[in-house]
Amino acid sequence: MKKEQIEKIVHDDGIGMSLIVKTVARMMIAVILLFGFYIIIYGHLTPGGGFAGGVILAIAYTLMMLALSRKIALEKFSDFWASFWDNIGMLSFIVIGFIGLSVGYFLYNFLWHGEPFHLISAGIIPLANISIGIKVGACLYAIFIGLSIYGRVIVKEEEE
Amino acid sequence: MQNVMLPLSVGLPLLVSVVILLIGKFWKSIGKLFAPICGLVVLVFAISLIDASDGIYWMGGWPPPFGIVLVLDSLSKLILLTVNVVAFFALLYSVSYMKHYTAQPKFYALFLLMLAGMNGVVLTGDLFNLFVFLEVASIASYALVGFGVEHEELEAGFKYLILGSIASGMILVGIAIIYNLTGTVNMADAARFIVNMGTNRALLFATGLFLFGFSLKAGLVPFHAWLPDAHPSAPAPVSAMLSGVLIKALGVYAMIRVIYSVVGAPQMMLEMILWLGVASALIGGLMSLGQNDLKRMLAFSSISQVGYIAMGIGIGTPLGIAAALFHLFNHATFKGLLFLSAGSIEQSTGTRDLRQMGGLMKKLPVTSLSTLVGSLSISGIPPLNGFWSKLLIIIALIQAKAIVPAVFAIVVSFITLAYYAKLQRFTLFGPLPDMYRKMKESPFLMLVSLIALSVICIVVGLFYPYFMDSLFNPAARAIMDQTGYISMIIGG
Amino acid sequence: MIVYILNVIIMALGLYCLIAKRHIIKKIIGMVLIEYSMNLFLILIGYRINGLAPILLPEMNRVQFSQYGVDPLPQALVLTSIVIGLGTLALMAAYAMKLYEKYRTFDMSEIRRLRG
Repeated sequence: MKKEQIEKIVHDDGIGMSLIVKTVARMMIAVILLFGFYIIIYGHLTPGGGFAGGVILAIAYTLMMLALSRKIALEKFSDFWASFWDNIGMLSFIVIGFIGLSVGYFLYNFLWHGEPFHLISAGIIPLANISIGIKVGACLYAIFIGLSIYGRVIVKEEEE
Repeated sequence: MQNVMLPLSVGLPLLVSVVILLIGKFWKSIGKLFAPICGLVVLVFAISLIDASDGIYWMGGWPPPFGIVLVLDSLSKLILLTVNVVAFFALLYSVSYMKHYTAQPKFYALFLLMLAGMNGVVLTGDLFNLFVFLEVASIASYALVGFGVEHEELEAGFKYLILGSIASGMILVGIAIIYNLTGTVNMADAARFIVNMGTNRALLFATGLFLFGFSLKAGLVPFHAWLPDAHPSAPAPVSAMLSGVLIKALGVYAMIRVIYSVVGAPQMMLEMILWLGVASALIGGLMSLGQNDLKRMLAFSSISQVGYIAMGIGIGTPLGIAAALFHLFNHATFKGLLFLSAGSIEQSTGTRDLRQMGGLMKKLPVTSLSTLVGSLSISGIPPLNGFWSKLLIIIALIQAKAIVPAVFAIVVSFITLAYYAKLQRFTLFGPLPDMYRKMKESPFLMLVSLIALSVICIVVGLFYPYFMDSLFNPAARAIMDQTGYISMIIGG
Repeated sequence: MIVYILNVIIMALGLYCLIAKRHIIKKIIGMVLIEYSMNLFLILIGYRINGLAPILLPEMNRVQFSQYGVDPLPQALVLTSIVIGLGTLALMAAYAMKLYEKYRTFDMSEIRRLRG
């Protein structure tokens, strides 16, 4: 398939679903993102943590791609940036480990511990949660982009 | 004493893999530059760890029953050396082999992830950490098998993926049962509980599940169905890694570590490993006689040789285990050498079918010589290294009064000689077909890897008493000594 | 006790789907059922009847928490295992799509070029 044909499939006509779905989705995406950040940041106090919060972040962008159109979602957060933030998340987790290595052990808890049950406590654990949350969110969104775009390309090829 | 090279052997390939992925969006050749350098650094770590004394490393500063501990004893030193030697030469080879494939940064990132996972499996002292690193290395290898996306590679990769996931699931259930019995997932702590426990049927069931899972990863015989499809379809350096080290680090090493150091080697399980080894050696050898595809013949030969290693482990005497470890090291080097040569032959002639090749000795001198050295080693011709290890396994079998496996081992050794003679006659000697008149030798970096691995085969074969005393006998003693393992980590 | 038996029934159903169905997506669903049943087994081991959830609040008594609480270590292990299952599922889905593109069929009994 030629490049411009693939471009036309990837960026579809930008219509999306009906008006009611679009209005509700536009309100819900902000709330879902906020909820995801809450679960990531309070990961050392309440259940959840990096992975669960990251999945919720990815759900917000997936909702954007389903309800609004694929073109609008890719304009806001394209596949290049998704894999970029994926790598940044993983790199920051490993760099935290290596900084711990220079102080004591690998993945040593080198920041101040604070008092229990407060938000800023427990050393590197909130930082690790944030980096895992960014990584998992970007990674699941990138998987969704890959599967959905590639599926459209195969179906269009078959119709020809 | 806390040795800092242990987490670096695991963490450095992970870091370089992520950096390659990140910078690879802007500069496509970053993988070719950084990945062999990282492989060289980890190889230098592995070689310098041979002289170091046995040590542990507390990850995150937490002491053993609470935290993950990385353990270095003689067995880990040996397998670490094996893994990193073959990985470095495969990386060097792949710099010029992968020119025909697209998406090169992703290849090097996946390769380094597989290397980090294997180093983690070898070094860890915690059962669940073993499972996590096993999965990291396995998923990277599932993606690498289907890397060049053609018909057969995808089918082989999918089959390997499903069977490998079932095996990992069985290992997880085994870990769950051991956690239920002992209350801890640390290997030394669980061993201390199991020593005081006596026979327990739940423990035998858990050991059976471990045997299922690790035999599937190692390619022993009822569980070998993925191996003849997956190993030929991968690109040549990945085939060398899969067949040379992955089935040994994930399958055989993990089996030895769990069954000898944690569960304490019940006699029923050792006999089962012995008979699985006999079946693998026989069936692998017989199936590989009738193959016409070069790499598929080498894949069945891998099944046969892992059967030899399993026979050596199943005996349970120190000589048997030392012979099995010697054969493990030898097989990593010469099977890696044979797969890399097969890749070189495939790149020069464009085919893998044995019936269409012939007379390559005149046109590709270095590749033919390395194929010759590899084939002679694996058939067991003295004074190359394969002869000594097979001889020691057969002597250990006869000393342990297991006569039927010894007879099968000798018979399979003749069968091995037969099909490698067939391979040499079809590829190296004989008339040269006309379409290959303009063939050229492979590029320089590929030849460096082939020559280096051949030199290792010859040197280990000639000076084998030195290597036996310094590497393999201490490893065998470390395996049989369960209380020494416990006291090194927990402290008695 | 009956929960363990139901767990084994889930694994048996997953195994049946993996073996007996020919469509590739149904095989993937069977594989996912098998993996989830193994995660469920790992959680069930840490369960204590009438136990509390392992979340430590500031006003709780620590001794009472360790006597009545459910074991939190298997829950941490299962979290890792679920992530691994997710990675494997993504790889399986990608393989299924690529296989459809090359072979133009989802029927696994026709994807048999490698044999012998």
